[in-house]
Amino acid sequence: MKLYNYELSGNCYKLRLLMSFLGVDYETEAIDFYPGQKHKSPDFRQINPLGQLPAIEDNGLVLRDAQAILVYIASKYDADGTWYPAQDPALLGQVMQWLAFADGITATASAARLHDGLYYSHIDVEAARKGAHTLFRILDEHLFFAEDAGQAWICPSDQPTIADIACFPYIMLSEEGGINRMDYPAIRRWCDRFKRIPGFIVMPGIFPAGPAFEKPAA
Amino acid sequence: MPCTDSVALNLWYPVTALEDITSKPLHTLLLEEPLIIRHDGTSQVHTRGRTLPVRESYGYLWTSLGTSQEDLFPIPEYTEDDRRNVHAATIGVQTSAPRSIENFLDMGHFPYVHTNILGAEPHTEVKEYTVEVSTECDEIRATNCLFWQPMAAAASSAGAEVNYIYRVPHPYCAVLYKSSPANPDRLDVIAIFLQPETQERVRAHMMLCLLDETTSNREIRLFQQTIFGQDKPILENQFPKRLPLDPRAETPIRADKSAIAYRRWLSEKGITYGVIPSAA
Repeated sequence: MKLYNYELSGNCYKLRLLMSFLGVDYETEAIDFYPGQKHKSPDFRQINPLGQLPAIEDNGLVLRDAQAILVYIASKYDADGTWYPAQDPALLGQVMQWLAFADGITATASAARLHDGLYYSHIDVEAARKGAHTLFRILDEHLFFAEDAGQAWICPSDQPTIADIACFPYIMLSEEGGINRMDYPAIRRWCDRFKRIPGFIVMPGIFPAGPAFEKPAA
Repeated sequence: MPCTDSVALNLWYPVTALEDITSKPLHTLLLEEPLIIRHDGTSQVHTRGRTLPVRESYGYLWTSLGTSQEDLFPIPEYTEDDRRNVHAATIGVQTSAPRSIENFLDMGHFPYVHTNILGAEPHTEVKEYTVEVSTECDEIRATNCLFWQPMAAAASSAGAEVNYIYRVPHPYCAVLYKSSPANPDRLDVIAIFLQPETQERVRAHMMLCLLDETTSNREIRLFQQTIFGQDKPILENQFPKRLPLDPRAETPIRADKSAIAYRRWLSEKGITYGVIPSAA
């Protein structure tokens, strides 16, 4: 599989994360997203006419859209079927619901980050930040009640799903867009749990979890 | 509040990479003043009805709001025939220019922030190095800096003990020299030129001037962006965002010698923009 990649893209990082969790081998082709704007080039539009990252090529199949690619990779390479629980309609519906929510995070928190860091000056940054806070408040409340019910992840499964992956990067990078996470303690705890999933990798702007609290040996 | 620091006002500042200039006007901010950059055969910079002086150096358009600019500091390597000059990126950072310079000078954070690239545990020691204000020209130089790096540059194939020299020739610009993986007898050059938009927000322009015939511009650029992307959250989480110049304000360790010299140098220059000056 080939991933058209930009290291600083949270959407590309979603795919790098899932492939690391699953131990899938892949190659990358680095795209000069900034300042080169090569994702808007005629060559890259042959791969994705929308001129957006990420995209993949796998055995002749070309796919775009981070969430769609998460579904594809999890369906194809996760033998346990936990990341994309296709066999459980109620759970799957919730996974899809939060994948759509993650698109909202991209449209707000990621937009604010592009505005502040990479000079996407056409973005209304105040509206983007306000929109992100609205979504973070909803997710924080959801996670608070989920924790209360003994649930560690966004969807009611013992295992994390691709919904967790889809929501994680632009929440974790939100401060680069001037969106503080101080007021979202349940989100912060969830981020910390996420960083402890075996196979977790970082990207620029995201650090590993601190040393875990060691439970005394029984 | 507009900038009243006369030292800062008279400096040259980069405002855009030359390669980002098109026929479309560019809008940017320098020391809180809104600038318009126009290009019509030549580049002009305007602010509030004034036309500002311009110069093109090191791949960037520079301007100044003041009246008596000195010459811009030299980077002689830039014009060497066998060098690759690459504009890596212009990135917005929510911090002051002096905090960004200090981070650029610091080796202690390499293993922790740039893990497995510019450093790795257990090679965490910052060995004794030399810092001085150069006698020939008014700039800080840190020399004899050695650090073990797993992947010192995009062209690196293995870990190496890397030699660094740092120069601070401008209150908001710094230049580093490090062993070139392609040419062990010579040094690669990496510069950070800061454009303070406000006291607590900068545009960081990054330029590389490398001895490297094999790595593509794209790879060089993306490598540098990865490094800077790792620094960004660290920079943005330092408080206060302006750099305190009082020697008692923050507790340095031996590895911070260059930072101590930088703060003292800023104090002696009378810089007040982007810093918290010492109480008199």
